[in-house]
Amino acid sequence: MGLFTELKDSISRVTDRLFSEEEPKRIGIYGPPNAGKTTLANRIARDWTGDAVGAESHIPHETRRARRKEGVEIERNGKSVEIDIVDTPGVTTKVDYEEFTDEMEEDDAIRRSREATEGVAEAMHWLREDVDGVIYVLDSAEDPITQVNTMLIGIIESRDLPVLIFANKIDLDDASVKRIEDAFPQHKTIPLSAKEGENMDEVYENIAEYFG
Amino acid sequence: MPKATNTDDPEGPDGVQIDLISGERMENMATMEKIRMILDGVHDGNIVILEEGLTPDEESRLIEVTMSEISPDEFNGIEIETYPKSKANDSSLLGRIMGSEESTAKLTVIGPANQIETLHKDETLISALVSRD
Repeated sequence: MGLFTELKDSISRVTDRLFSEEEPKRIGIYGPPNAGKTTLANRIARDWTGDAVGAESHIPHETRRARRKEGVEIERNGKSVEIDIVDTPGVTTKVDYEEFTDEMEEDDAIRRSREATEGVAEAMHWLREDVDGVIYVLDSAEDPITQVNTMLIGIIESRDLPVLIFANKIDLDDASVKRIEDAFPQHKTIPLSAKEGENMDEVYENIAEYFG
Repeated sequence: MPKATNTDDPEGPDGVQIDLISGERMENMATMEKIRMILDGVHDGNIVILEEGLTPDEESRLIEVTMSEISPDEFNGIEIETYPKSKANDSSLLGRIMGSEESTAKLTVIGPANQIETLHKDETLISALVSRD
């Protein structure tokens, strides 16, 4: 990309954000499969609108299409922001239907894997075209330094999108928030348990302040 | 992509082909040309090693295209690891000013998910165990 094109794109991104100040911001919830993205999306949606976003499950790829909850207004400490929450499928570079055959019939497993691949492709496309900020959800009990996480954070940074990292599942015995802070020290990490509703005040404070 | 061996040919040598692709070969290719070259190699069962890696936007498109090509019992995706070169060399002045750093100065290993049994990385080493099945 040439210098002039880069300058034009950079100015265009800044002006787009200035002129869309009144529009709800589209905040994508991204992360690997089973990090608790839908549980968090449901927690936020229920707390502020009374409705859930989608079904939760322990089976990977329960969320196979991006789902949007519009007009979620979050207020904390005098700051407020109106966001559209976009809950996305867990990003991965591989999907094998045989991983689901213990839990369901083969036809259902194949259908699940097909829908999951379409959902991940769609989520990647949306990340390039259609989100204003990102909540990146990680499981505190898992090693955060994986290629998918590194690639996704790199893609988000390259698009100049504001990102908050949420260290989810702090209720688990082997959770380590420090491991996540150390992996991505360039971003703010907020610990929480979306399932148990732990530390949600800090979650909302940061969403209102960071995306508002 | 010229082939040194043909792993699909039952008469051919028994082994895994490794394509080491130079930065020079990639530098004038469009994004989709790079992705097609990588995925064609991986579909053939090859391990693809990129000297210069991909930009974040290209990585995003690689994931998107990979997902569109996954098919039950045929192709279940890719394993990928990247070994970054020294951070001292990968931040241009323009990149820092524009906030759009897209360094590709990194070695990247990509292979078929059903053949790479483990792909492990630490700060100085990528280690892959490749199955011939």
